Amino acid sequence: MRGKINHLLLFAVLLSCSGVGLTAPFVPVNDAVVLERLPFKASDPTTRELRSLRSELSSDPRNLDKAVALARRYFQLALAEGDPRFIGYAQAALAPWWNMAEPPVPVLVLRATLNQYNHAFAAALADLNQATRREPRNGAAWSLLAAIHMVQADFMAARKDCENMDGLASKLIVLACVATVDSLAGQAEQGHAALRKAYEATPAATSGERLWVLTRLAEISDRLGRTREADAYFKAALGLDITDAYLLAVYAEFLLDENRFAEVVQLLKGKERSDVLLVRLALAEKALALPQAREHEAAIRARFDAARMRGDKLHIQDESRFQLYFLNNAVEALRLAQENWQTQHEPSDARMLLEAALAAKDAAAARPALEWLAHSHIEDRHLEKLARQIAQLVAKP
Amino acid sequence: MMRRLAMLLLLAAFTGNAHAHKPSDSYLVLKVDGATVQGQWDIALRDLDFAIGLDGNGDGEITWGELRARHGAIAAYALPRLKVQGGGGGCPTHATEHLVDNHSDGAYAVLRFVAACPKPPAALELSYSLLFDVDPQHKGLLRLEYQGTTTTAIFSPDKSTQHFVLAEATLLRQFLDYAKEGVWHIWIGYDHITFLLALLLPAVLHRQRKHWEAIAGFRPAFFNVLKIVTAFTVAHSITLSLATLGVVTLPSRLVESAIAASVVLAALNNVFPLFEGRLWMVAFAFGLIHGFGFASVLADLGLPQGALLLALVGFNLGVEAGQLAIVGAFLPLAYWLRNTVLYRRAVLVGGSFLIALLASVWLVERVFGLKLLGF
Repeated sequence: MRGKINHLLLFAVLLSCSGVGLTAPFVPVNDAVVLERLPFKASDPTTRELRSLRSELSSDPRNLDKAVALARRYFQLALAEGDPRFIGYAQAALAPWWNMAEPPVPVLVLRATLNQYNHAFAAALADLNQATRREPRNGAAWSLLAAIHMVQADFMAARKDCENMDGLASKLIVLACVATVDSLAGQAEQGHAALRKAYEATPAATSGERLWVLTRLAEISDRLGRTREADAYFKAALGLDITDAYLLAVYAEFLLDENRFAEVVQLLKGKERSDVLLVRLALAEKALALPQAREHEAAIRARFDAARMRGDKLHIQDESRFQLYFLNNAVEALRLAQENWQTQHEPSDARMLLEAALAAKDAAAARPALEWLAHSHIEDRHLEKLARQIAQLVAKP
Repeated sequence: MMRRLAMLLLLAAFTGNAHAHKPSDSYLVLKVDGATVQGQWDIALRDLDFAIGLDGNGDGEITWGELRARHGAIAAYALPRLKVQGGGGGCPTHATEHLVDNHSDGAYAVLRFVAACPKPPAALELSYSLLFDVDPQHKGLLRLEYQGTTTTAIFSPDKSTQHFVLAEATLLRQFLDYAKEGVWHIWIGYDHITFLLALLLPAVLHRQRKHWEAIAGFRPAFFNVLKIVTAFTVAHSITLSLATLGVVTLPSRLVESAIAASVVLAALNNVFPLFEGRLWMVAFAFGLIHGFGFASVLADLGLPQGALLLALVGFNLGVEAGQLAIVGAFLPLAYWLRNTVLYRRAVLVGGSFLIALLASVWLVERVFGLKLLGF
């Protein structure tokens, strides 16, 4: 059914691109036409759970515990479904406290969580610093601090945050946190070994923890150039059968690097609804010269246009990738990659900036990423190769 | 619970990049026509279901039949959450039609409505509060159309009430845009600047016994300049208006070539004077040709239907402002230097030769359609 909706949707997109008119509202042919599919049926346990949480809160809207419980549940759904609407619903549950300078600590942590989802990192860090000052044994606050510091490539701070989680989260997660930081900060080999040992020593780990650790192991293996090992970890993570958009995105990226385009098409079949995954799918289809590539290109354009209309900047890295590899517009790709680098400093952000700078033959534009590369001591075969290519660009301009 | 949350949050920052869906937006189009405002409001079925419930049979699918049954409820929910004010009072809304449309992220209910204002509004005040109570991240994307001009705006909880001036703002905006283009054109139009300079160079001097001598006071110098600039302005305003209104048209190659020729002649006149003391007449005669040049630039910019005169006046005033700035910089400097040999020999004679040479190249370029210089 979802495929059918997508098909309808694509038809609308194609219509709007072919100049028939941006919007052509219509009356469906009969009452049985299905217009939209909701994430949950009325009988779904999630629907029931949400309904009871909501009605409990609406009878007592200033009850902190009830509001926090509903907001947390919505945030989990935002992650699982990748749907930012749930972020808005979570914020609405916290409305009585949302604009306070010093709300209760659980609200501080949730407000930071929702803000980081929208990449408002400065606001999130301020809330988390306040939370850990008022409540130093708040594991959730430390773990989110660690995650944001990693995204911003502040590895010293991230490692301290991980250590502060000791006793506040499971041993495996604390270890995985430290190992992930180390793997980004020049000790990939040791980090990988420590993480694998901890994983093997924790057979009772939950499937959520397994997914997280296996994805980290796969990523580190890939950065170290051990592609067969990385592939095995990715497959093991997929084998857990948990829907995770991030895992699909990084595995698709890995397969694209390995020129395994047919597998990307197989992996992402039916995932066109996610913008991030659709870009990767379209790249694979283009490489295979499949006819769907053109349709997907039109859909991606429409979605980026819609994001721009609302003033959304969450997709800049993907828009840069789309400009570079789909439209071959290196100049625009570089502009977007530079804008993205202002706030995001993960390996994939550095890689996008370097690839765009290389394509645009603009060695100066690559400098911030190269400096970050040297400063962080990150070991990543892709980034190292790009850095060498840019050095050659400088040697013979 | 806390332990699970810690893991979840650590995971969060890594999955935060993998935004799968578009956030909640509605698309609101308003067309102001006299005292009535025609509206079309596209609201996602997902959002309406969350706010008022659409899935009648609870099977997770919204059919046209289920949506149709809720049309009354949708209008009753949405319309009070958009307050339209203008024309001296509130503009009550009522629904006229219900349709469906597909946007890049799914199906939307399309609610068409009419808002009736007491009088044709000069300004609209819009208060938008749809879904803000249940989803503070929701945004309303507005497109406001009035007499062929379109304004866009985004409503969010921080900016839920916005004010739109209809007539004045758009006309003033257009006027300023064209004035800016006029200034810009003078600034990058080297042929107009050099023509003006060639005429102004001798304005601080007067000719006696076949020699240039400095003018005695500032007043005569100022009036010389004033006469030349006014003549040039009046002349090019006449032809600019005639050409823009379609009364006279000349082929652009001819106009451009004649402009280059006018610069050559004006410059050579400083070295081999022909029109002594009557430079304002030269400025007037050649100004007529320059006006056609301005007109072709204005035509390239595209002229707004219904605001033609406004654009013309704006552009012309822009040209004059740019010209005044050049004169304002030139006059004090030339007046100060007028007694020096440097001015009379190097600047006047040498400068005029240079201008004549440059303009000759333009003339050749334009007559034969070549490209010899970089500008």
